Formats: sequence, C-alpha cells, structure tokens
Amino acid sequence: MYQTTYHRASSVDEAVSLFGESSEAKFLAGGQTLLPVMKQRLASPSDVIDLGKIKELQGVELSGDTLTIKAATTYYDIMTNADVKKAIPAIAHLTSVLGDPAVRYRGTIGGSIANNDPAADFPAALLALGATVKTNKRSIAAEDFFQGLFSTALEDGELITAVSFPVPAKAGYEKMRHPASRFALTGVFVAQTKSGEVRVAATGASQSGVMRVPAIEAALKSNWSPSAIDGVAISANGLLADIHGTAEYRANLIKVMAQRAVSAAG
Amino acid sequence: MSTVKLTVNGKAVAVDVEDRTLLVQLLRDHLNLTGTHVGCDTSQCGACVVHMDGKAVKSCTMLAGQADGASITTIEGIAKGDELHPMQAAFRDNHGLQCGYCTPGMIMSAIDIVHRYGGQLDEATVRAELEGNICRCTGYHNIVKAVLDAAGRMKVSQAAE
Repeated sequence: MYQTTYHRASSVDEAVSLFGESSEAKFLAGGQTLLPVMKQRLASPSDVIDLGKIKELQGVELSGDTLTIKAATTYYDIMTNADVKKAIPAIAHLTSVLGDPAVRYRGTIGGSIANNDPAADFPAALLALGATVKTNKRSIAAEDFFQGLFSTALEDGELITAVSFPVPAKAGYEKMRHPASRFALTGVFVAQTKSGEVRVAATGASQSGVMRVPAIEAALKSNWSPSAIDGVAISANGLLADIHGTAEYRANLIKVMAQRAVSAAG
Repeated sequence: MSTVKLTVNGKAVAVDVEDRTLLVQLLRDHLNLTGTHVGCDTSQCGACVVHMDGKAVKSCTMLAGQADGASITTIEGIAKGDELHPMQAAFRDNHGLQCGYCTPGMIMSAIDIVHRYGGQLDEATVRAELEGNICRCTGYHNIVKAVLDAAGRMKVSQAAE
C-alpha cells in the first residue's frame, strides 16, 4: 500500500470538508473493498477519511412503507435488524450470503453501492426495489445512480448518507456464489411492489454492471410463479464471460436464479 | 505518523505507526504478537482474525487507525494463564490442526460463532460459518468436531462463572 494520510471524521459535514481539503481523497467506510484495492496499489488516495465513527450514518429506520438504512450500517447489523427482517426479509437474506462472517461485521451498504462492483449484491436490491440513494446533497433514484462498471452518479466529494427502500409486497434474492470470493457469479433480485409493478434486477451478469431484466419482469407480471420464467429467452449478448462462466452460462443463471428468487419470495 | 491508542488483550497501549499500517502489522510488527498470522493478505483466508470489541474481524483488512479506541483480543489473550481457553483445549483434544498456520484465526472465528449462536450449533452451521477461514491440512473434519465440542464446554464454563 502506498503512503496515505488517515483522518477520522465525527460528522458528515466534517467528512465532506476533510475531503474538500485533500488532493485525492477517498471515503473509507468498512474498507472491505477499498483496503484490498489499496494493497494491490490499484488505488492510491492521498487521504482516507474514515466514516466508521459517524453516528448519523448508522442505523435502520422503518417508517410506514419506507425502510431506510443509513450508509455506514454494516451487513451484520442489517442482517440481524428486526425492522429489516420484518419489512424486507429478502434484504436480510442478501446480507447473509454476502462475504463471510468477518467481512459482514465490517462491510457497509454505502460502501458496496458507492463502489458498484458489477458482481456486488446490493446494487441488485436497490434497482429491483426502486430504492432512493440519499447523499449529503440530494436524492438519486437507483435507476440513475448506477452507471456501469464501478461507476455511479456520485460527484467528487459527495457522500452517501442513506438508502431508502419502498417496502414491497414480495421480494426475493438468490445468487450463485463464487466459492472463493463469494461475489455473485450471477444474482437476481425480484420484487413485486405494493402497486403491483414487477421489477427484476440481475448482478454479476452484465458487462455494464447491474441491470433490469425486462423479459422476466413481463413474464412475472402476468404470472408470479417460477414456471412463468420457463419459456423466457435471455440473450447472452453483453453478458460477462470469464474463466468462471461463459456468457451463455450466465444467461441461463439469470433465469434459474430468478426462478429461485420467486420461490423464495413466495 | 499517528498515535493509535487501543486496548490489546486487556492492556492499554499507544503505538506510533504510519497511517497506512494495517491492524495486523501493528499487532505483529509493533507489539510482537505474532500469533495472529497473515495468510492470503486478501481477506479470504482468515488466518488474521482477531476480535475487535468482541467481533471477529480480519485484521489484514483494517487500518490500525480504524481500531483506535477499540478493544482487541488476539490468540495470545484468550487463555487464563496456563489454562487454555475451552476452544483451544477442544482443538488440541480433537486434533483440530496439523501445521497450525490457520489455527489462531480458526479459534478466534470459532469463539465468535459460539457466542453468536449461544452454543446452539450443529455441524452444518459450523461448516457454513467457517467459510471465511481456510485450512489446507485438515479437511476441516476435526476443526468442526473441535468447535462443536468447545460449544458445549464454553456453555459449561460460562454457567460455572
């Protein structure tokens, strides 16, 4: 790891102002992605601004039909939170298959979506549930937030403060885990909103990051059941291909994971 | 350079380190607590697991500064004098190690697992929960046996306290 200067912020305002005073700063939440990337020398921030002690970035709130998860809440705290388990159990399940127990104690929802790894789990949940990303400046719809591989709508120095999820009628998430990295070889999040809209998002599949799957949405809209997806054709065009799986394999995984997610959603 | 103040195995320490220092480097290189190992250095293998405020974390994937103010327990801090921690004793009795490289991390993760499940563990749960700790010798069978054995012993020893 290259030299860097470590700062600990005690409020969102302080974090943002520290960022502004640095030449090439990075916000550090759980560090489960940023630190490995810095160790590989793929990132060399002049300054890292630790968000771990900022109280206003911690916690979960359930208010009416909106579940809000503050940005620096860890996967473990999300997984074990009573409101999450009650309102959107699919999110609790998603965190339980993300990383390993030690990683779940440190990694955060804000860190995951700010990095927008094409195989990360949370982007699929945000996109399928139609979540809103809250920052220190504005609110951004999930649709507009994710902009391709490792790329988001965040501006320089803009800090995610929370993610708000509309509580769905039904939701489920299933993924094929890469056995070593535990990232999604492909993961699919399915959701039926309270107004009857069906939204399906796949992660780990597309070359341009998390994506909606309109063909499966249409099939589930007319018949919410795993068998409704049997006849859906998913094109391998634009899907990832690597030593772990071909594009065709991932296209098939989108179908299979969607079917399992619908079963899980009930 | 920054001064990191933390409690390690019950003792308050203040260590001057470069800001890029990892927690595992602070423990091993500055405090000479070399029981905590570095295996993969990519947060996959779990050899570096220590407890921070009671939670099992990978010390190779934390800056030392992030542990400022925290209480850290390493493998050196769990025995009571000559009396092994029940998890250590169970690893010895069940032959839960061969080369021993992964063992400190295994034991720290395993203690966390027993705490989280309140000792109510079965084999499948132990295997799933140990996914962040890699052993290349044992094939895991005796490690799993040791954790299940220790879960019983830890319940007994806690009840006795």
